[in-house]
Amino acid sequence: MMHDALVIAGKDLRLEARSRVALNQVLPFVLAVVLLFGFALDADTLLLRRATSGLFWVTVLFSAVMVVQRSFAIERQDGVTDALRLSALSPGGIFLGKVMSLFCQLLLVEVVLGLAVIVFYDVTPSGAALLLVVSVAATLGIAAAGCLYGPLAAGLRNRDTLLPLLLLPVLAPVLLAASRAFEVALGQAAGGGWQWAAMLGIFAVVYLVLGVAVWGPLLEET
Amino acid sequence: MTDIAPDSPAGAPTSTSSRATRVLGVLSLAGLALTVVYAFAITGPDVRLGNSVRIMYVHVPTVTAAYCLMIANALFSGYTLWKRSTFSDLAAHACAEVGVLMLGLTLVVGAIWGRMTWGAFWVWDARLTTTALLFLMYIGYLAIRGLPASPRVRATRSAIVGIAAAMLIPIVHKSVEWWASLHQNETVLGKVNPNISGNQYFTLMLAMVTFLLVAVWMAMHRFRVLWLIEQLDVVGVDEAIEARRAENIGVGQ
Repeated sequence: MMHDALVIAGKDLRLEARSRVALNQVLPFVLAVVLLFGFALDADTLLLRRATSGLFWVTVLFSAVMVVQRSFAIERQDGVTDALRLSALSPGGIFLGKVMSLFCQLLLVEVVLGLAVIVFYDVTPSGAALLLVVSVAATLGIAAAGCLYGPLAAGLRNRDTLLPLLLLPVLAPVLLAASRAFEVALGQAAGGGWQWAAMLGIFAVVYLVLGVAVWGPLLEET
Repeated sequence: MTDIAPDSPAGAPTSTSSRATRVLGVLSLAGLALTVVYAFAITGPDVRLGNSVRIMYVHVPTVTAAYCLMIANALFSGYTLWKRSTFSDLAAHACAEVGVLMLGLTLVVGAIWGRMTWGAFWVWDARLTTTALLFLMYIGYLAIRGLPASPRVRATRSAIVGIAAAMLIPIVHKSVEWWASLHQNETVLGKVNPNISGNQYFTLMLAMVTFLLVAVWMAMHRFRVLWLIEQLDVVGVDEAIEARRAENIGVGQ
């Protein structure tokens, strides 16, 4: 299964590296959102600094919707879904490969976004270990949930608008836990950061297990 | 009440109602009448909450019914994935529709209670927010069901969304414990003493049973209608094939 996952992740990442959609569209979108939040909150640096954790993860969720849509839209073209269905690759491996690919792309988005909030919102990073663990766990959860909902609601003309409706409520616990943990890491709230990180870990594991379990029928029927 | 599916398997619905739904309907209406009498005439206002306590006799039962229906939706969804059963797929659909109605009622009634007690229709409380998210997730479930697709594809897609959505229910239920919340702790199944007894407790229990009966009654009717619509499609296709065959026979002669 892991071999199949690496094959799929390699294919998706090569596609992204060659098409540069993440670089040319998603990253500029992220920077635009960071600036727009600044306008919306009247460029109040104190307020922006206080709201950084929430704004950071809201931006990540919006970017995730775009990345997931893109990831499954390319599968719809040229009958790639049918090719995957007919290939000898295990469905669980395909799911994990898609998760790995989304995870890498979202992590890149988060690095750029992190640098942007440090520059524009004047945030001083601290609590590196907690920031890192929370980012990894939350991104894994977002990628797993995105891969579960992506094939249901992305890639077809009349389905694209459905993905945010399905995905954003599912990711609300990630937004809450990751924002609270970031607040603790940045010294804006006291204690409990690792408990939020553990909750993010549980969320990721639940969606990974669910995805591996149901990806077979999902691939057959969509 | 039109019989439209004479070729259905034994025991399958052939009309929109049955003896069981009629009995359930009578019990539901009698229960609702009794609940109204108890809620407005027999029980008095609460010492602390005043008359607003009467909203609890709708709010708690509707959310309980919604949880039950959504858990039933997840169970039927799991069975659909396992056995590819049309029966469980349509039962999951019916449960979700009635569950969304009950959850919508919970939110509306809760907002009215919030206005009377907290002075605002909406506060950013963990229970309220997670309940609103759950409501949106099931709106998404119904949207997935509304997409044009073959029954088999639709069943698979919606079953997966139904199972994933049900995972939010424990978070909603426990949110008042996990996060600092204005919302009252778990009233009926909670560990804390709910401070409710006598006629108030009886009325609440009566309302819970009544709303569960109403929910089951509505879900059964909805299921029967969905089943008949499904059968109508099958009958329509069969009739079209027969008509085409008859045309060919006519041409051959």
